[in-house]
Amino acid sequence: MLEISLFHYLTLAAILFTMGVFGIFLNRKNVIVILMSIELMLLAVNINFVAFSSFLHDLGGQVFTMFILTVAAAEAAIGLAILVSFFRNKGSIAVEDISSLKG
Amino acid sequence: MIGVIAFYLFSFVLLLSAFFVITSRNPVYSVLFLILAFFNAAGLFVLLGAEFIAMILVIVYVGAVAVLFLFVVMMLDVNFSDLRKGAMQYVPFGLLMGGGLLAELVLLYRAWPVPHVPEPVDVTLSVDNTSALGAVLYTDYVFPFQVSGLILLVAMIGAIVLTLRVRSSVLRQKVGDQVARKSGDVMKIEKVLKGAGVDHA
Repeated sequence: MLEISLFHYLTLAAILFTMGVFGIFLNRKNVIVILMSIELMLLAVNINFVAFSSFLHDLGGQVFTMFILTVAAAEAAIGLAILVSFFRNKGSIAVEDISSLKG
Repeated sequence: MIGVIAFYLFSFVLLLSAFFVITSRNPVYSVLFLILAFFNAAGLFVLLGAEFIAMILVIVYVGAVAVLFLFVVMMLDVNFSDLRKGAMQYVPFGLLMGGGLLAELVLLYRAWPVPHVPEPVDVTLSVDNTSALGAVLYTDYVFPFQVSGLILLVAMIGAIVLTLRVRSSVLRQKVGDQVARKSGDVMKIEKVLKGAGVDHA
């Protein structure tokens, strides 16, 4: 207990990832909070990567954390841009309304 | 000892703020708790010896992504309390899924044999974290690095194209047309003959 091992970090990341998954279920009508839950899940993945990188003495994990950060930033920007243009056209961001492409 | 206390403190605040992110009624509070979560994750990264990633996390996430979320939340005129109606009916299913996932992950970590840790590469110890990252990023990982730059470019163009709105009803100054205008297009000098007038066609 008095020494922080890799297992501690992995457990923390697992709990955080689970919270992200649970957030999607809890806010399944609100796209903005769903995007934030996805950010939480990506943060959990980043914690895993950095913890492995630190405990296994390999810098590759930290490099990949930077790539994940890039992809997460791009995803958030595109997601919010889609959200803004959808709100302009429909006046709503409820997930139920985003099925008009279904035909 | 102080590292252990710091780990538990950062982890506790991280998980608490993550909990408030997903349960807040007001998405503005969600974004603010998301910022708190990112700060605590940056603290954990510092504890792990990844200072550069910690600073990048603060700059990119808190400085850009979270502020983007905040702008969008405040810009959209949505009644967010309507969006929470009927959300509680999915809580049991979500708890089931989340609990199952967590149990799987913890079991996996318990069963996973910790591999033999190789000797520390001296580059992580002799130089600071930023130099070591730069040394591998621009040599071994230069292709993924370029590709991530391309991803950012595509995301930037995509976001601009998606949100650009051309409104034809708005009168606006067209600088290009003004600069391209020649005097010959709009003005001509005519010799007026006596009694003939000027041909207006």
